[in-house]
Amino acid sequence: MAEQVYFDDVEEGMDIPTLRKDPTTQQLVKYAGASGDYYQIHYDLNYAKNNNLPDVILHGALKNAFLGQVMTDWIGEWGDLKKLSVQYRGMDVPGTPVFAKGVVKKKYQQDDENIVECEIWLETHEGQRTTPGYAVAALPERSE
Amino acid sequence: MTQESVITDEMRAAVGVESEVYVNDVEKGAIIKFAQAIGDTNPIYNDEEAARQSRYGGMVAPPTFFRSLRSGEMKVDVSSPYPANLDGGSEWEYYEPVRPGDRIAVSTMISNIFERPGRLGNMLFIQRETKYVNQFGTTVAIQRTTGISYQP
Repeated sequence: MAEQVYFDDVEEGMDIPTLRKDPTTQQLVKYAGASGDYYQIHYDLNYAKNNNLPDVILHGALKNAFLGQVMTDWIGEWGDLKKLSVQYRGMDVPGTPVFAKGVVKKKYQQDDENIVECEIWLETHEGQRTTPGYAVAALPERSE
Repeated sequence: MTQESVITDEMRAAVGVESEVYVNDVEKGAIIKFAQAIGDTNPIYNDEEAARQSRYGGMVAPPTFFRSLRSGEMKVDVSSPYPANLDGGSEWEYYEPVRPGDRIAVSTMISNIFERPGRLGNMLFIQRETKYVNQFGTTVAIQRTTGISYQP
């Protein structure tokens, strides 16, 4: 498992390690099966085109999952994800990479927990932010 | 320009009414399949042996695994008069991990309905709140979603 990040080492303004994903049409079919979301715009090109879409598009919830993973990868085994919010502002298509990114906005202690609030987002390989979001997590502290 | 409201009394009356509850059995294989589908190789979602060595003492579900669980039927549902629908987004609150063997009771209610003029004309917003409760009666997660509809 990855190295644990500690509250002590986090600073406001710090970047969260980027998570690159390379979604394919196969992944969209797998996600449809695993989630039970069988809306055809995610795997049937004719159906998508008849709905004025340029291509099949990623499930919003799959992008939500990528943004969950960028947080859980970073906070590690001893971090607790407390809140995760995403807004779908743009479409993403399979066949090109997407990047889940984030930056620490605030860190503080509350009710004996070490809280970090992060701005997170998904961007295309052209740098367009299609899916902005926000996350709150609790991190462990280095023991004295 | 004054836009006539498309929100009816019937729609207003549906706000706050809890759906039926549907109880989902969380299977280990379903967690692994979900983790594979989202491409998350974290051992705590994929490998029971490795997960036993972790803080959790066994496998847990990834944060958006809840998307694969079914909610109970709505007692009163509303449908938008507009044909075009967008998923506006999701907001999650997490309280407890979910493990294989858990029985998660899922119910939904419409928490808010409002409209707002937008780029594409009048936009109708329907917000739903889904509650996930485990077999010990503990709320493990809450999800709030926003559906947006309009006349194209």
